[in-house]
Amino acid sequence: MGLLDKQFTDDNIVITKVEDLLNWARLSSLWQMGFGLACCAIEMMATSASHYDFDRFGVIPRPSPRQSDVIIISGTVTLKMALRIKRLYEQMPDPKYVISMGSCSNCGGPYWEHGYHVLKGVDRVIPVDVYVPGCPPRPEALLEGLLKLQEKIRSESLVNKSA
Amino acid sequence: MALKTEEMVLNMGPQHPSTHGVLRLELVLDGELIENVIPHIGYLHRCFEKHCEAMTYPQVIPYTDRMDYLASMYNEFGYVVAMERLMNIEVPERVQYIRVIMGEFQRIASHLVALGTYGADIGAFTPFLFCFRDREKILNLFEITCGARLLYNYMWIGGVSHDLHADFIRLANEFIKEFRPNLKELNDLLTFNQIFIDRTANVGILPAETAINYGITGPNLRASGVKWDLRRDDPYSIYDKFDFEIPIGKGEKGTTGDCWDRYYMRVREMEESLKIIEQALDQIPEGDVSSAIPKRVKPPVGQIYARVENPRGELGYFIISDGSLNPYRIKVRAPSFVNLEVLGELCKGHLVADVVAILGSIDIVLGEIDR
Amino acid sequence: MKTSEEIFNILKEKFGEAIGELVSDKPAESVIVVSPMEIDKICLFLRDEKDLEFNSLMNLSGVDDANGEKVKDENGNEILKGGTLSVYYHLESISLKHKVTLKVSTDRENPEVASVEEIWRTADWHEREAFDMYGIKFLNHHNLIRILMPYDWEAGYPLRKDYQNPEFYKGMKVPY
Repeated sequence: MGLLDKQFTDDNIVITKVEDLLNWARLSSLWQMGFGLACCAIEMMATSASHYDFDRFGVIPRPSPRQSDVIIISGTVTLKMALRIKRLYEQMPDPKYVISMGSCSNCGGPYWEHGYHVLKGVDRVIPVDVYVPGCPPRPEALLEGLLKLQEKIRSESLVNKSA
Repeated sequence: MALKTEEMVLNMGPQHPSTHGVLRLELVLDGELIENVIPHIGYLHRCFEKHCEAMTYPQVIPYTDRMDYLASMYNEFGYVVAMERLMNIEVPERVQYIRVIMGEFQRIASHLVALGTYGADIGAFTPFLFCFRDREKILNLFEITCGARLLYNYMWIGGVSHDLHADFIRLANEFIKEFRPNLKELNDLLTFNQIFIDRTANVGILPAETAINYGITGPNLRASGVKWDLRRDDPYSIYDKFDFEIPIGKGEKGTTGDCWDRYYMRVREMEESLKIIEQALDQIPEGDVSSAIPKRVKPPVGQIYARVENPRGELGYFIISDGSLNPYRIKVRAPSFVNLEVLGELCKGHLVADVVAILGSIDIVLGEIDR
Repeated sequence: MKTSEEIFNILKEKFGEAIGELVSDKPAESVIVVSPMEIDKICLFLRDEKDLEFNSLMNLSGVDDANGEKVKDENGNEILKGGTLSVYYHLESISLKHKVTLKVSTDRENPEVASVEEIWRTADWHEREAFDMYGIKFLNHHNLIRILMPYDWEAGYPLRKDYQNPEFYKGMKVPY
């Protein structure tokens, strides 16, 4: 139980909001879709590997979209790939989150001008929660992006806010 | 009544953890056996060649980085070698040494990813973590040299962007000292592991004759028993000054040119690269690294095809210059693009599960296949 | 080991008319210009002849020579009419360690070149790429379809110098 471990002298009850509990559960085990596109995928792999250890934040790669909570678009999205990415996103169960990693998937990156086969930003096909800048972003930047996503999830509410 | 049978077509990718990127394979199956494999590529086509035509010559270098993103240093190396031949630039000795050191470190880093992910592909996850641990140290060396971890823009036409850091030689020697035992550890863990050998030996055999006809180069060709390495056979830079061996596949655990041979070739090459780096670190002369960098890159009218031995094979640049500041045409002969073509031939008659083992052993990078 | 001049002379003797000229101006490498319809026979000879033995095709690249006439189409975009497209072949002999570069030029409006796919299997994808990027048709190629661009790409051949990118592809906006 992490923070609450050994904090009580005898059996006790913790009172919290349902919202907080759900958000806390969601944000601490964000299963990432194991899916790499280009150069950034190598940095994503480096982030998952020994030195940076994505697992600390509860992020484990899952090969299937149907079992994952977050998709990291790590690299250039081409026109040929764009509709496949859209379909992968649609296959993920709700609640689902998108991190756009690197300049290419943010806005086309170095290929923005002459890239006749490059989609200029993945947000033209799927909604994005967090943009991580860089070409490629360092693993620390990706970790920062994940923390930002966790912050966003922490502030989610069950109440349907009307305007 | 005769039993009616038909082929089954199975789709693998473009999103699949073992295709090393966005590659789609169409597997034509007869039961569990493979009749044919048709690769569909282009899911990462980033229009490299069109970009070249719109950029000036030095501006092309960052784009070459992004082609084979596991061996960025070597892509730059190939490009600057081609440009220097076209413009007839004499490069200072120290620059050549730096380039060789960086190139060979890059070869080790690239092979580490290849071996680590190959292990992960066929079910051994621990080597992946071990390999990335060592690769991280090489990336640190690159970082103190030029500030970037993955895509460097370090080698420029006529020189390099920064001289070596004052501590570089000490740190590099330390790394070599640490890395040798780690390589042995990797061998004990994966290379000579009986389960791994059973999974890879005698699988996906590539005869030398077929390999040459398909234009296969690099470790994949050498694993088939052909002693062909551009560092020796078509020397560029200062590779003729160093003493190193060219390992070839001998079929130690199975048949010459099988997956295990291709895998083991990379382990052997890392040892040879360490030798080259040690010699280069020993002999590196003092000097200025930017004296030969031209103020304005404007090559004469003409065309050139220059090639280097990339970690994956023969990386060639075909450059046509019309005498202006922008290249008229650059075509890249990407080693993975050519190496992947043989996949269908290799997979024929094997089981579905072997496709992953064979594909991993060819060691492709999609960024370079699609460009 | 043979130089480009020696190879040129051997070819000239054997094929006569089909062999054009030998272009050799420094710093460029020498290029032998040959006829696009005879390239397959010439390549087969180069591969099988005892003292040539070109067993490897290093590279095959299409090039837009852009030497046609510039005209405006109905939308006011500048396009090229006439002129040529070229294909360069870089051959190498791994056993004898010599190299040669061949070049063919073909009509831009109806670019047709004989395929060398049967001679070196590696030419298969290279030729498909040249078709994809320049629209050069390789005769007798067994499967000449697009390779890098989507199979249903209709906007033309991207590496031609007068290529115009479409506004939309399958509902996705293409320009920035």
